[in-house]
Amino acid sequence: MSLTESLKMAWRALVGNRLRAILTMLGIIIGVAAVIALITAGQAATSSVTSSVQALGSNLISVSPIRSSGVVLYPQDSAWLLQVVPQIKADAPLVEASVTSSYETVSWSTTLIGTTPAALGIEGRKLAQGRFISAQDLSGNRDVAVLGQTVAQSLFGARDPMRQTISVNGTPFTVIGVLQATGGAFGANADNVIIVPVPAAEWVAGTTQLTGIEAQARSAAIAPLAVAQITAVLNHRFATTNAASVVSQDQILSTLSTITATLTLMLGGIAGISLLVGGIGIMNIMLVTVSERTREIGLRKALGASRQAILSQFLIESSLLSVAGGAIGVVVGVGLSGLLTHLLGAGGVSISAVALALGFSLLVGIGFGIWPAANASHLDPVQALYHD
Amino acid sequence: MTEVVRVDELSRIFRTGAVEVQAVRSVSFSIEEGAMVAIMGPSGSGKTTMMNMLGCLDRPTSGRYFLGGEDVAKKTDDALARIRNRRIGFVFQSYNLLTALNALENVELPLVYRGMASGERHRVAAQTLAEVGLSELMSFRPYELSGGQQQRVGIARALAGTPDLLLADEPTGNLDSVSGEEILNLFLDLHQRGRTLIIVTHDEQVALHCQRIIRLKDGRVLSDQPVDPARRRIKADLGTRALTS
Repeated sequence: MSLTESLKMAWRALVGNRLRAILTMLGIIIGVAAVIALITAGQAATSSVTSSVQALGSNLISVSPIRSSGVVLYPQDSAWLLQVVPQIKADAPLVEASVTSSYETVSWSTTLIGTTPAALGIEGRKLAQGRFISAQDLSGNRDVAVLGQTVAQSLFGARDPMRQTISVNGTPFTVIGVLQATGGAFGANADNVIIVPVPAAEWVAGTTQLTGIEAQARSAAIAPLAVAQITAVLNHRFATTNAASVVSQDQILSTLSTITATLTLMLGGIAGISLLVGGIGIMNIMLVTVSERTREIGLRKALGASRQAILSQFLIESSLLSVAGGAIGVVVGVGLSGLLTHLLGAGGVSISAVALALGFSLLVGIGFGIWPAANASHLDPVQALYHD
Repeated sequence: MTEVVRVDELSRIFRTGAVEVQAVRSVSFSIEEGAMVAIMGPSGSGKTTMMNMLGCLDRPTSGRYFLGGEDVAKKTDDALARIRNRRIGFVFQSYNLLTALNALENVELPLVYRGMASGERHRVAAQTLAEVGLSELMSFRPYELSGGQQQRVGIARALAGTPDLLLADEPTGNLDSVSGEEILNLFLDLHQRGRTLIIVTHDEQVALHCQRIIRLKDGRVLSDQPVDPARRRIKADLGTRALTS
């Protein structure tokens, strides 16, 4: 018997029991749609996390001294590090302090960061207005400040902050620039900052100790080497094995990627379980179908249907159920993914997820169809024919 | 005359746990091509078991069964399926038509399993339906047909594959007497055209249409005799009633 013949036969059997076929397919539809939508959601999360990390700066390496190892870094150590580590092309010291800033009657809690002009390029930040701190600001010991978007909006609202004087823990600063917003990542809001020259921050913080140094590797490829080199020179200088925590953006990225990939896999797995449940639904219905149609099977055998013909008839029926369910599931899943992409602002339908879900649904149909179909093909013709 | 059927010391024993039932015990007979034979017996006589074995639906426990000269007693399931498909036509008491298919498609069914192309199949099935007088009703579903018409579809299905042997199991059992007579008429027609027919029945009136009656009792042949021509019921018997259908 030809395949088209079998397909026609299976189609008629399914159409002849429409409601049951649709209800059976529902399990597969939900499973496939869930796999596609959840994988899309996972991938959207991955890409949004990745872009957030990348927004932190290109080839960024952050160096944080470990105080429990007795390591203290000072502003001049930033210049020293640039000299002894050829793999980095720029670096900037960071002196940070939690401060209260105010303008007229408004005050705002924020982070003061004292650094050098190099920080702008290292962090990949852009200015919305005015200029960044300059070498002259450092050497001239000027009290000038560049505001993050959050600070600018909190203190000034719609007014123009340029050339206004704000107070930071009581010290007056002149606003010379405003940074563009970056969008925060991981709690640390990069827009809630005031950036000033290092000496000014030292004055406000009352210390010349650095919270850290941020460096820029010459290239992404060389970043791991730069990390190793920075670690080595610091360990050597402070005669310890644990002078500083040196982390590249790549390392952060790969850690996060691992987490989000696991998340995606988990979501896909949960959805996969629902597909499996849908498959069990198909098996259940096919077992019922076989027992309901025992007489028909007996008749077909009496008319000369071989075991293989009966087997393929029921296998094709279950496969048709799952593939049709899978196809509808893809449509629903793609629709859901579009909606998710729209809501999350990232993602897009994954072709591999669609292929995976469809392939899996076909496997489910055949896998769970085999047992009922084998049952049907092994029926004894006499017993089947006189079954009531 | 060539032998279509020869059974030799055929026995069938059913075992259920410790209980053993001898449904057919050492039955031997032969049926020639073109014969019309009734197998009779009360329920429990073994006639259904006999029919299942003759139809290659079941295998004997011992003995030999030659169908058209070929020993089919020890064939595999699939080989038997092939023999049923090509050499045997079944007519059932309850018609056993598939309700999802129309009359034509029901008749096509054995040809589907023979692998015949659909165009050829349609042609053969339509022609066979015309032979049993149902040309007008080919696209009707079984539930749209009367019992007699359904049984004719069943007969057409049995004939479509031009089998060596037509096996009918109580073919008139579910029919009123008029429709029953019509069906038996059809069988007589087929007999006249040289078909080999075996009708399994417990109804003496049905059996009297045949040339020969094999009576079974308790799994054995009680008698095997030709029907007295004086008692035989033939087609003329029907008169005008056939026209009312």
